[in-house]
Amino acid sequence: MSRFDWLPDFLAKLEDASITAPCGPASGGTPASLLVVDAADWGRVASVAISFNCRLAGLWGDQREGKIMLFCCLERQGDYLLLRTAVPLSHPELPSHTFWFPSADRLERHARDLLGVIFTRHPDSRRWTRHRAWPETDYPLRSDFPAAGRRTTKTPQDEEYPFLRAKGTGVYEIPVGPVHAGIIEPGHFRFQAVGEEVLNLEERLGYLHKGIEKIAVGRDSAGLARLAGRVSGDSTVAHAWAACQAMERAAGIEPPPRGLALRALLAERERIANHLGDIGAICNDVGFAFALYQFSRLREIWQRRSAELFGHRLLMDRVVPGGVGVDLESNGSLSLREDHRLLRKELNGLFDILEDHPSLEDRLLTTGRLTAESARSLGSLGYVGKASGQGFDVRHNNPYAPYDRMEVAVPVFEEGDVAARVRVRMEEVRISLDLLDCLLAGLPAGEVRQEMPSLISSAEGVGFVEGWRGEIITYVRFDGEGRVARFFPRDPSWFTWPALERIVLGNIVPDFPVCNKSVNGSYSGHDL
Amino acid sequence: MLRVLNKIFRTGVLTETPPVISESELERCGIEVRRRIDARFGGSLAIRQVDAGSCNGCELEIHALNNPYHDVERFGIHFVASPRHADALLVTGPVSRHMEAALRRVYNATPAPKFVIAAGDCACDGGEFGISYASCGAVENVLPVDVKIAGCPPAPLDLLRGLLAALGEGSDQS
Repeated sequence: MSRFDWLPDFLAKLEDASITAPCGPASGGTPASLLVVDAADWGRVASVAISFNCRLAGLWGDQREGKIMLFCCLERQGDYLLLRTAVPLSHPELPSHTFWFPSADRLERHARDLLGVIFTRHPDSRRWTRHRAWPETDYPLRSDFPAAGRRTTKTPQDEEYPFLRAKGTGVYEIPVGPVHAGIIEPGHFRFQAVGEEVLNLEERLGYLHKGIEKIAVGRDSAGLARLAGRVSGDSTVAHAWAACQAMERAAGIEPPPRGLALRALLAERERIANHLGDIGAICNDVGFAFALYQFSRLREIWQRRSAELFGHRLLMDRVVPGGVGVDLESNGSLSLREDHRLLRKELNGLFDILEDHPSLEDRLLTTGRLTAESARSLGSLGYVGKASGQGFDVRHNNPYAPYDRMEVAVPVFEEGDVAARVRVRMEEVRISLDLLDCLLAGLPAGEVRQEMPSLISSAEGVGFVEGWRGEIITYVRFDGEGRVARFFPRDPSWFTWPALERIVLGNIVPDFPVCNKSVNGSYSGHDL
Repeated sequence: MLRVLNKIFRTGVLTETPPVISESELERCGIEVRRRIDARFGGSLAIRQVDAGSCNGCELEIHALNNPYHDVERFGIHFVASPRHADALLVTGPVSRHMEAALRRVYNATPAPKFVIAAGDCACDGGEFGISYASCGAVENVLPVDVKIAGCPPAPLDLLRGLLAALGEGSDQS
């Protein structure tokens, strides 16, 4: 199957709908096609795209002088199609995509809160990312808004968000958060329940909004990589890689093969560390402390090796523009191989126990089901999508170096329950171990880093990387002075948080923690 | 079940395995913490962790304090679910403006005597995020801070050392 073999049909379909849109390759060597659309046709293009079974993979705005450019990234069969349109700053209005793509809902509300874009016919007029840090009439991502903001007093509590209400005999409401009982990130959950059963869950996020997109503006490439590495601390390698990939595409360079292989090595290490932690924590949420003990032990051993060989337990700031900031000595390679062998052995025994433990089965099977249909319409990614029949994985479907020379297996299950999300993680740990061995065996010699050009002027690039939570898409644009003018990292959590609202329906309130942990959305990566 | 028991038996208690360098340091730090907790808090220190804007990196390392290698509870330090049960707040992140009010409320809900530990570079000085329209920067811009633990994120042993400092210096207020 060749790339984009569906595109001519898609363009013909647009023509049938009398939409003329010039199409060409996206700038900066980004593996996407660019389709420039008239703002008035924006909604109709979405209606054609949904009939073509495209997936909405990202949506963001970018102010350029008197205009706001809007981008919508679609994906089909591993091919990325970037839609772009422009609306005047004085009247930034265009049709919403949410009617066709429910996954566009929060991304559009985010663009509205931060850039003041008005999406007509959007089904939800409520704010999303904005709480009380700035007024409704201000838009932080506009160039006339100062990064320091205008508030000089304490930020008030956000009290008036109009949550959905349920009424009736025996219906009650449980507000949870933003500060939770455990050691986790802040967010608010509003449950409507009858007895033990959840009737509805509504999420209220945005508590961790710390202006990442705004404070990125004016940075150089190294500074942006550092910031990207802190979009979501558990995905520091993947986010830094996606940002660096976008910047390298904008600059027209590619890191040396050894640098790319080491990036993949770090990314697979990050995947394994997080999956190990999650598997233990999910089991612990149903009272199986044995697994928490064992998997947090394995995770700790893994992190200590990361600190020893790469200088950081979470591998922060190891991915840098142009390559990586660390190299791997040959005896490091040997100890890694031995680690992989030992971990495989441990996991064989432990996974056998997890897969054949009646009390775990009783609690995880059929709990928190996400149907394949919901997963598809919400664009769910990573282990959430893969557990519900959505087998998309950038490393497999649109492989970037060094994965373009490897075969990445993608585990897909249909059950969509917590057990399936655990099983995807178990499979992915095994697959990543194989990939790691393969990377070590074929580790190219040479430099690990290439210098970035000192001036990347007025260029843009998009990065596509498979993080441990799923596909990350990052857009970067440089201004005329070579400084970052726009940075938008789209974490996969944008599409798994809405899935959680459906997953818990009909489950009992006490199962919310295990459902939530099985999804493990990033609050920070979403709130930006 | 036999396999579980077998695995537990064979894994053993990791905190008692012969120490390598970092383990011995852990032991030394931990015993010192224990001694001070005994003296000041009657043997237990209850911590309420608050993520006020962190990227989640610090949370991962705080979790690691509870893993079998560090097992911080053996020193009498435990994490509690409510500020009303807490002796200390362990705050991470730059304080996002959207968390500012919640953080103040958590502080007010914590009974005195209490102290505040800022964990991680962001909590200490704003870190990578600093002060902006969306971020208040360091925790001390919002709450009185008694102890700062630097690091991005601080490793579990750094956190333990910081707790030691907290017990030494932070509990004078009433």
